[in-house]
Amino acid sequence: MGYAAGVGKTYKMLEEAHELKSAGVDIVVGYFEPHGRRDTIAKSEGLETIPRKNVDYRGSAFEEMDTDSILARHPQACVVDEFPHTNVPGSARDKRWEDVQVLLDAGVDVLTTMNIQHLESLNDQVWNISGVRVRETVPDWVVQQADEVVMVDLTPRALLHRLQRGVVYERAKAEQALQKFFRESTLVALRELALRQAAYEVEHRISNGQTLAGSDAEAPVPPIKHHKILVLVTASPRSAMAIRRAKRVSDFLRAECFAVTVQPSGDLSGLPESDREAVDRHLNFARNLHIETRILEADDVASAVVDFARRNQVTQIFVTRPRGWSSLPALSRDPVQRIIGLAKDMQIVIVSDREPVAR
Amino acid sequence: MASEIRRKTPEELLRECQAEEAAAKKGHLKIFLGYASGVGKSFRMLDEARRRRERGQDVVVGAIQPQVPPEVEALLKNLEVIPLKPVDNGTAIDLETLIRRHPVVCFIDGLAYNNPPGLRNPTRWKDVQDLLNAGIKVIASVNVQYVAELQKDIQAITGKQVMQTVPVSFIESADEIEIVDAPPEEPMERSAEEQAKAQERERRLSRLRELALVLAADVVDHQLNEYLECHGLKQQFGANERILVCITPRANMQEMMEMAQIMTDRFHGELTVAYVNQPNISSDDQAALDARLAIANAAGAHIEILEGDDPADALLEFARSRGITQLFVGHSQRTGLSRLWGSPIGKLIRDSRGMDVRVFPQ
Repeated sequence: MGYAAGVGKTYKMLEEAHELKSAGVDIVVGYFEPHGRRDTIAKSEGLETIPRKNVDYRGSAFEEMDTDSILARHPQACVVDEFPHTNVPGSARDKRWEDVQVLLDAGVDVLTTMNIQHLESLNDQVWNISGVRVRETVPDWVVQQADEVVMVDLTPRALLHRLQRGVVYERAKAEQALQKFFRESTLVALRELALRQAAYEVEHRISNGQTLAGSDAEAPVPPIKHHKILVLVTASPRSAMAIRRAKRVSDFLRAECFAVTVQPSGDLSGLPESDREAVDRHLNFARNLHIETRILEADDVASAVVDFARRNQVTQIFVTRPRGWSSLPALSRDPVQRIIGLAKDMQIVIVSDREPVAR
Repeated sequence: MASEIRRKTPEELLRECQAEEAAAKKGHLKIFLGYASGVGKSFRMLDEARRRRERGQDVVVGAIQPQVPPEVEALLKNLEVIPLKPVDNGTAIDLETLIRRHPVVCFIDGLAYNNPPGLRNPTRWKDVQDLLNAGIKVIASVNVQYVAELQKDIQAITGKQVMQTVPVSFIESADEIEIVDAPPEEPMERSAEEQAKAQERERRLSRLRELALVLAADVVDHQLNEYLECHGLKQQFGANERILVCITPRANMQEMMEMAQIMTDRFHGELTVAYVNQPNISSDDQAALDARLAIANAAGAHIEILEGDDPADALLEFARSRGITQLFVGHSQRTGLSRLWGSPIGKLIRDSRGMDVRVFPQ
């Protein structure tokens, strides 16, 4: 795990691959992205590499990891660069992380790399910090499945120095990069996010280890009052933010998380096309993050949500910030107001927009 | 960091200039932070010494650990080392020689040593301050176990307390910090008893590792705030979770504080409790308020008493200036749309861009 291109993730991973190889582990390189970086390319030498697969898409040739060939070769361990990568359309799986799941299911150990900005639940925070909406994301549960997460650290100053020396990107791309992720304040903030996430990943694994090991009198996980989180999904584009935030908070609290939408017909058929598509997309998004979803049949959104929450011992309801709260009539139509009024026994979290401020 | 340009006040400009002047005179400090011996700090640090030397920089090693692994030994062969100076009852870095030699960069492996009595400084980190003041850039390493302010946590994890420590303020004063992270080595297959011991050790190391990562994040957060301040940038939404619990004399303190503490703890965030001064409150309310502030104080929260005619405005202004990410508010007026709309809570929800608002029932 790193916080930007060029901090040395791939290098560190290949270094470990060499160590494993000298320790007698049968390890291959399944996918490696050299980016023209000399030191990294040198590190890849001496390791068996499975050739990439050519995939044609709209008349152009693309290269992807050849998962089938790796499975046929079946090494003990495999190096896979750029975990969040999206495969070219027509590939067996959409995402490289799904290919990695296939390798893991077949009993192949995997070493892989990613940057913090690709973690799904941080997408809005990263947008806010950097002004960049990252499209290639990895759901948090996928990262949590990793046996180990290691932070590859480098100070932003050293990274900028590398960038200026042309170690990370060629000149034109380097200048472009300096405008986006590579502003110093952005790098510092992303690095802080990565460090905090790494700390969380370490802690998560300690607690899980304790659960597996059974009783641990020495230092039990501090007990957390049982929490259950419900997030209200609508056609509003802000729903995705509420889902991410609810999921992140429920992960940190070790709480269950549900997502519901309220529809008079009990399904999405009564909605105008664009709303139906949006609600469906949001429910799918929630399911991809391993959140259980439900469509509630009711006319009154607020009372349906609060009733459902009460029946299911929900302690916190996450909603998006109402649109157009600058005028009273708009407010009266918004269910958030009524949810706050009705849910006298629950906490209501109004999830903020995290739009980046123009510089 | 999302930010907006705002006009700098004269005080800010002055502070900025002073900071720049101080930075120009003083040497630059970089710290490699690890969580245990054997994670490879010395190697990483001295490998940087090698690279700098290869680029033609004048580098000197001012302190090495008493025992070094072979890969570090190999690095040291090609570096100039000014050995520790033997003094009565121990050793210390040879400050006078180092200052006289005045390299561009001096490497100090291991910051947390007390000097034998009778020397200019009682501790090695103070010696390092002298090197910095002499205009020498210092690159040093330290383990999280030796951070003074963390001794309570360290003792809870390891059962031991160390006597030679470095204050966290010194670590925060570093211009750069780099964490040397590696998972604890997996226990090999051994007897059940040995394996249980190894697992125990691994858990201890993991907790130290978590502490080190959080400390590094806090130092980075500190640097981020300084950077933003120095460049006149206003923070909108930070990388750290900062919780502001807004209280009134009748706030449901128990539930709010319980949640706030859980969130602060789980996210390793910061907790502030704020109250906006109200004119002419009854003595009952004053007593209730004092009791609530005492609870906040006992919970280790920062406490802020704010002034302002409009409570919501005062809270929002404060929250924005501190990069708050979550506002906790209690809500008692749960009847009538227009009442919520006109209430401070309605205003907080409306105007709290960049912050989640968590409404608690009263």
